[in-house]
Amino acid sequence: MADETKPTPGSGTSQPTGASSSPANTPSSPVTTSSSSTPPAATAAAPAPPAKPTGPVPGPWESPLVDKLRRRHGSGIEATTYLGQSYFVVDRSLLPDFLRVLRDEEAFDYCVDITAVHYPTREKQFEVLWILYSFERNERIRVKTMIADGESVPSVTPIWATANWLEREAFDMFGIKFDGHPDLKRILLPDGWKGHPLRKDYGIIQQDNEWVQINLGIESGQ
Amino acid sequence: MTDPTTYISHLELGERDETFLDSNELIINMGPQHPATHGVLRVILKLDGEKVLGTECVIGYLHRGVEKIAEHRTYAMFNPYVDRMDYVAAVSNGLGYCEAVEKLLNVEAPPRANYVRVILTELNRLASHQLWLGTHALDIGAITPLFYTFRDREEILKIFEKYCGARLTTHAFRIGGCLYETYDGFEREVKKFLDFLEPKIDEYEELLTTNRIWVERTKGVGRISAADCKSLGVTGPVLRASGVKWDLRKAQPYAAYSDFEFDIPTGENGDTYDRYLVRMAEMRQSVRIIRQAVDRIPEGPIMAKIPKVIKPPVGEIYHSIEAPKGELGYFVVSDGSTQPYRVRVRPPSFVNLQALDLMVHGQLVADVIAVIGTLDIVLGEVDR
Repeated sequence: MADETKPTPGSGTSQPTGASSSPANTPSSPVTTSSSSTPPAATAAAPAPPAKPTGPVPGPWESPLVDKLRRRHGSGIEATTYLGQSYFVVDRSLLPDFLRVLRDEEAFDYCVDITAVHYPTREKQFEVLWILYSFERNERIRVKTMIADGESVPSVTPIWATANWLEREAFDMFGIKFDGHPDLKRILLPDGWKGHPLRKDYGIIQQDNEWVQINLGIESGQ
Repeated sequence: MTDPTTYISHLELGERDETFLDSNELIINMGPQHPATHGVLRVILKLDGEKVLGTECVIGYLHRGVEKIAEHRTYAMFNPYVDRMDYVAAVSNGLGYCEAVEKLLNVEAPPRANYVRVILTELNRLASHQLWLGTHALDIGAITPLFYTFRDREEILKIFEKYCGARLTTHAFRIGGCLYETYDGFEREVKKFLDFLEPKIDEYEELLTTNRIWVERTKGVGRISAADCKSLGVTGPVLRASGVKWDLRKAQPYAAYSDFEFDIPTGENGDTYDRYLVRMAEMRQSVRIIRQAVDRIPEGPIMAKIPKVIKPPVGEIYHSIEAPKGELGYFVVSDGSTQPYRVRVRPPSFVNLQALDLMVHGQLVADVIAVIGTLDIVLGEVDR
């Protein structure tokens, strides 16, 4: 809450009154003296630690791998590390080249998993992610990209054969289309099923009643 | 259900192989109600006489939407559900999930809990491998090992029952450690069981390792190379039998595995026989780990200090363990509430099953049975 009440850096520089309003909330004089003398960027950072709960926070991921990929692909790559696990958020347009480089040049030869997360409130609703592992480096990373509903992502079946079923499952559960997949169809649900159950707008007891009635000959699957 | 002919187009019909005696290719269904498919797996086979030209797996008969259920349960409430995926290795499932949530909460289970976890997980690995051996041998035509392994597996289930009251879907662990302290004489009983089991493993091997029928039915059957394994994401004993010395217990140790000495058994040929040898060797290594753990089990609490209401901070985690079948991973996303925003299970059986097509291509129908057995799949986990 202390974060919300503290003045924005811009107002802090132009108006000293803005800086004087913060000690009213936190009656600690050393902070006020330092805030008036130091640049506003430091003021914003100084009160932050006590307000945050103890625990790790996501930070930038710095490694030779990140630098190398940044040089190669330029902008559109965000590298973050959290709880000791690192991930890239890349622009959709960089795929699948980005993934191919990771396999061919950086030895990420094992695609652990391909899945998605649905955030219905965001503009780009789906977060598609690839979990990769390198036997050689003993390192695990994630690559994520955001896509809008109806947008497709390139299939990585030419890169890792395992993507075949994993992409089919993501399609089955979320309705995400993978361009270039050899046989994109449902895998866990029956072929004629309507709807994609792991979308957030699909209810927990919701089902394709029509399919259940026709194929199972019962009123409801419950 | 769906007409099998709808799948035919997906089998590689483009190039027709020369058929023996000019007979027609045959499309047949194996399963889903076939005892050798270990559950409800349906495989559509394209055959030329006895030779397999192509396969197509139809799965999902046991789909219950575990990942959807997770989004509507609290972190603690979802814990027992994971036991029902790979129900012959429920303890491993629970371990993976609990550790994933612990990582997200940034807490660590106390050392004693980790030791108890290792002991029970390795016992479960033994039980899982025993069940695999019994049913796999039964599929191939050796009935005796089934009775032997089920007799001995019973002793493990008794230990589970005494520890937590359940035999199969144990729900042995909780987020933050273990709920139950070990019962009086737990260490003694586990040791007694290991002394009992070790000669039994020799006994299983005596029945099979040099048995001519067994060797003929398994050697050179369902071969898969290390490169194919990596590309297909195949893990666990199948990967190791192809010569890749990789085990998550060593590569990225979790629980207390870094404290113990054990070897990673590997094979050379990547065939059914090597996978059999690898799993037998793994059983001996599990015995070795449990012996060390029981001898060195530290005193102390078995539960970390975790809040009553589990509310991990906003974030995501991927944590995986070496389950008896391969890499079992959990990708958990938290939105800061009491319920997970998303739980993704990376099931080893599902991914390994994908290799079936490659492994049986050009082999005989009877080998399909052997390969399904050697992949050691559990349909509860394939379908979730």
